[in-house]
Amino acid sequence: MNLWLPSAIQITYLVAASLFIIGLKKLGSPATARNGNLVAAVGMLLAVVGTLLDQQVLNYTMILIGIVIGSLIGAVIAYKVAMTDMPQMVGLLNGLGGAASALVAVGEFWRLLTAGETIGISAIVTVILGVLIGGITLTGSLVAFAKLQGLLPGAPITFPFQQPFNLALLAAFVVSSGYLFVQPENLAVFLGMVALSAILGVLVVIPIGGADMPVVISLLNSLSGVAASAAGFVVMNNMLIIAGALVGASGLILTQIMCKAMNRSLVSVLFGAFGGETAGGGSTATGSASSGEKAVHTLDAEEGAMMLGYARSVVIIPGYGMAVAQAQHSVRELADQLERLGVDVKYAIHPVAGRMPGHMNVLLAEANVPYPQLYDMDDINPEFERVDVALVIGANDVVNPAARHDSSSPVYGMPILDVDKAHHTIVIKRSLNTGFAGIDNELFYKDKTMMMFGGARDVITKLVSEVKQL
Amino acid sequence: MTEAILTGLVVFVLASFVGFEVINKVPPTLHTPLMSGSNAISGIAVVGAMIIAGPKDTSLTVVLGLIAVVLATVNVVGGFLVTDRMLQMFKKKEVKA
Repeated sequence: MNLWLPSAIQITYLVAASLFIIGLKKLGSPATARNGNLVAAVGMLLAVVGTLLDQQVLNYTMILIGIVIGSLIGAVIAYKVAMTDMPQMVGLLNGLGGAASALVAVGEFWRLLTAGETIGISAIVTVILGVLIGGITLTGSLVAFAKLQGLLPGAPITFPFQQPFNLALLAAFVVSSGYLFVQPENLAVFLGMVALSAILGVLVVIPIGGADMPVVISLLNSLSGVAASAAGFVVMNNMLIIAGALVGASGLILTQIMCKAMNRSLVSVLFGAFGGETAGGGSTATGSASSGEKAVHTLDAEEGAMMLGYARSVVIIPGYGMAVAQAQHSVRELADQLERLGVDVKYAIHPVAGRMPGHMNVLLAEANVPYPQLYDMDDINPEFERVDVALVIGANDVVNPAARHDSSSPVYGMPILDVDKAHHTIVIKRSLNTGFAGIDNELFYKDKTMMMFGGARDVITKLVSEVKQL
Repeated sequence: MTEAILTGLVVFVLASFVGFEVINKVPPTLHTPLMSGSNAISGIAVVGAMIIAGPKDTSLTVVLGLIAVVLATVNVVGGFLVTDRMLQMFKKKEVKA
């Protein structure tokens, strides 16, 4: 029994790791995604069962109670969460993963400390890394969650000497690590390091806001994987190392895609405080000055309905405003009514629309919008010239033409949806307020752009009732 | 111990490459499910938590381990279920289309 059990556990882990890889592979294609998720879940179950067989694990009752409690909480929030709140949900779950990894590192350090043996350098290195990465993931995710949930202002929060201060904290962490190598039994220093990593997590995420959120969420997702890997090094368990590395890599790819979609480097997202000091301060002045001079054309619901109803083709461009107003169902209804009138309706999705990768796709899926109607930026952009009406719902920076030609604009170089090339553009927006980047959008002042001011859901509902009468 | 770390490092790097290869070219529609699904996988920390919560005593290590078990399980179960909920919507839509 004692001979084959450890091998059996390792083989279970191997199978579980393979299932994770197969599951992730299947998650990458729409037809197999749901199955892939299930495969990965089975892998997780196997890994847990395998671990229960471990000779070191004697505390079955308590552990099973913990698993039951965790499962209940997880199941309840998974079924209760609204699809519009998905970015927060993912943010929160990332944080929990990071917390668990950090706790494993802290717990292992305490065990080594109380065991009275001398603690080796390698053990300290792994514990330190586990605490650092896990701690940053935890508090960084909590800040992201608070921002998305509206508990903290979504805009970047900056203060003077922010970067030097962060660097000083990091330096303090490194110095403490060095001290810990010499004096591993110094608990105060260790606890100080735990606190430092928690503070670092807060400070790294707090200056990042609004439209950079997709990058942050996917980066934290990657970090939660790396944290699990670090915890794997702490307890020397390949299962954790492999699964964590898989998640870390996949999160990094998503982060890359998001950065590319904004034409920004990861470094500038993390340290640039986009729309903070640079863009925000200057543009409040210029923004209000220019919008005072320039006139916009407004449109009431009846006229809007006429334009849309008698168009041949309409492209809907959803943005964060649609998510905030939970307008996805009304949007679908409007599209249905337009199709009834013979209008060709498509949706154009910008990769960073919303607050997490794929945010708009999830919302439109919830509203049962047929998958083939959704178009990626590269596919739809050449078509805009032939489109009668582009209907922008609560999107701003991703449709700002300044990104194409105004090299002084903060959004310059960002790939955008070319809605200004459509014959007409209708923009539904709460006000003329500048978008997240804090810059005016020249699209709003163009002759062929019509503005409809109001909450996305109210405006769309009115449009729907007007279109019904056509 | 150092040797074990080196082996772990080899495993880590190779697994990262596998991750990069497997995830490449995912359509935007699946970005969110992929993220929440892989997020659930990062709840694998539950295994580490179980190991340190293993001994039958009430040391701080065990207590921290048990807390970690709860948190990681929320991550795992919440992550997989919410991903399934999302993908279910995608499926319904494709049947209609």
